[in-house]
Amino acid sequence: MQLYLPIAEVSVNAFLLLGLGGIVGFLSGMFGVGGGFLITPLLFFIGVPPAVAVATGANQVVASSISGVLAQLKRKGVDFTMGWVLLGGGLIGSAIGVWVFRLMTALGQIDLFVQLSYVVFLGLIGAMMFQESLRSLLRARKPGAPVRRSHVHSWVHGLPFKMKFRASGLYISVIPPLMIGAAVGFLAAIMGVGGGFIMVPAMIYLLGMPTKVVIGTSLFQIIFVTAFTTVMHAVTSQTVDMLLALLLILGGVVGAQIGTRVGVRLKAEQLRILLSLLVLAVSIRIAVDLLVTPGELYSVAPGVLP
Amino acid sequence: MIRALALLLLWSGPGLAQEQIVAGMSQNRVSITADFDGSEILIYGAVKRDTPPPEGQGPLEVIVTVEGPSTPVTVRRKGRVAGIWINNASVTVDSAPSFYAVATTGPLNHILSDTDNLRYGITIERVIRAVGITDEADQAGEFLLGLLRVRTNEGRYRVLQGKVELTEETLFRTDVILPANLTEGEYKVRLFLLRDKRVIASQERVIGVRKEGLERWIFNLAQEQPLIYGLLSLVMAALAGWGASAAFRLVRT
Repeated sequence: MQLYLPIAEVSVNAFLLLGLGGIVGFLSGMFGVGGGFLITPLLFFIGVPPAVAVATGANQVVASSISGVLAQLKRKGVDFTMGWVLLGGGLIGSAIGVWVFRLMTALGQIDLFVQLSYVVFLGLIGAMMFQESLRSLLRARKPGAPVRRSHVHSWVHGLPFKMKFRASGLYISVIPPLMIGAAVGFLAAIMGVGGGFIMVPAMIYLLGMPTKVVIGTSLFQIIFVTAFTTVMHAVTSQTVDMLLALLLILGGVVGAQIGTRVGVRLKAEQLRILLSLLVLAVSIRIAVDLLVTPGELYSVAPGVLP
Repeated sequence: MIRALALLLLWSGPGLAQEQIVAGMSQNRVSITADFDGSEILIYGAVKRDTPPPEGQGPLEVIVTVEGPSTPVTVRRKGRVAGIWINNASVTVDSAPSFYAVATTGPLNHILSDTDNLRYGITIERVIRAVGITDEADQAGEFLLGLLRVRTNEGRYRVLQGKVELTEETLFRTDVILPANLTEGEYKVRLFLLRDKRVIASQERVIGVRKEGLERWIFNLAQEQPLIYGLLSLVMAALAGWGASAAFRLVRT
């Protein structure tokens, strides 16, 4: 069944979109990520204009994060104080990101900019995750090897404006969480992602938060940042496609619930290795597009350069 | 004086013709609804004559054009910079139609003279207005060819030579397929009768293309009330996210 998307102005098969949402939802449920980093490039591949894909991707992440955070609330896995601080940074970062997005669209370099962000960030995070999980997998096989402490004192603990984060059991400066929040908000606006894949490692390794509250807190922050991003994109460039988002969300929420079931049967190390391979694969796929000579050198965009 | 004479000549051209077009279309409006998957429009007509067909002239030929709303467009070219392919040159074309189809009874260069093509703006090259692009980039012509190629591949520009059926120099018909990625607006349909490579009669019709129903509503809301639209998208996402987890909790218990 073909469906005409009113904002993207392309006609796409409705079942393809449901399926796409379903697969991404399945993976996000299995790995506990928002799935924005998968859905946005997949939308590029099926011909949705990049600007619409990014804005609509953010809308889809709102839905999957709400679904996820409700589950985490029951386990008391959300540090609200930390969530609000991260959010404060996130809104600043997102506003800057939306502004840069517009600037790059006007310069005609938005595709390149989005693609490069994907290659750099996914490549970096994927490689780090792969290395880290491979190491912990090897350590699990070799008992007696030294275990690294997660809570080490570093430069982070020497900064001013300290604050108590009860649920995380931390007493640290608000500057690092604010900066992490801002970086993630910026990426959310540019890449149409929630940014969980960056925030989760940053919370564990930079802030030293306990793993139990990391996913819930990052989802809490992601809901608001992606919600803000969605509205900003809707207002500044009218690129949120409601119909597209609805189909992706419907497929996604069903897939996510199934994915969660499958996820609990796999070991944490195995999951992390699989996720890092997936992230690397997406990054390499986009990098290839940038390096291989394109079939058509010319592209046409309506409108005039300002 | 010269201008007036030229005007008179121009006016007397097709105006005095003994052959005129009587045309019709299968539909004069196209609705883009949620399940819109392109549309086929039948354009047909007859040649009206008060006298028998003139002797000693070439055979009658028919050209039908369908033109979508025009906008300025930016054509960009990728080049290799530091190993990666990026947009590094661009030109702005003043006006290019979002859709253009030319259907004819025969090969264009056999039935249409360059002067009449220029005067009536029949082939796509004559419809695109690109004044002064030579100043914007080297090989500006290449950008125009690129524009034509990209839009032809998207099904937006079509040349349908020999696709107009003409019977007994009187009845003609052709089908024009409008693609699924259609833009809203007034689509101009022009019909030309030609003899000896010259236009002897012409007529113009309009097809209105509009988004309807849900599509119309979503598009208007996004354009006119972007804030409400954005908030509504969020409410929808929140309901779907909450609904899914609630539904699965029910299934579990």
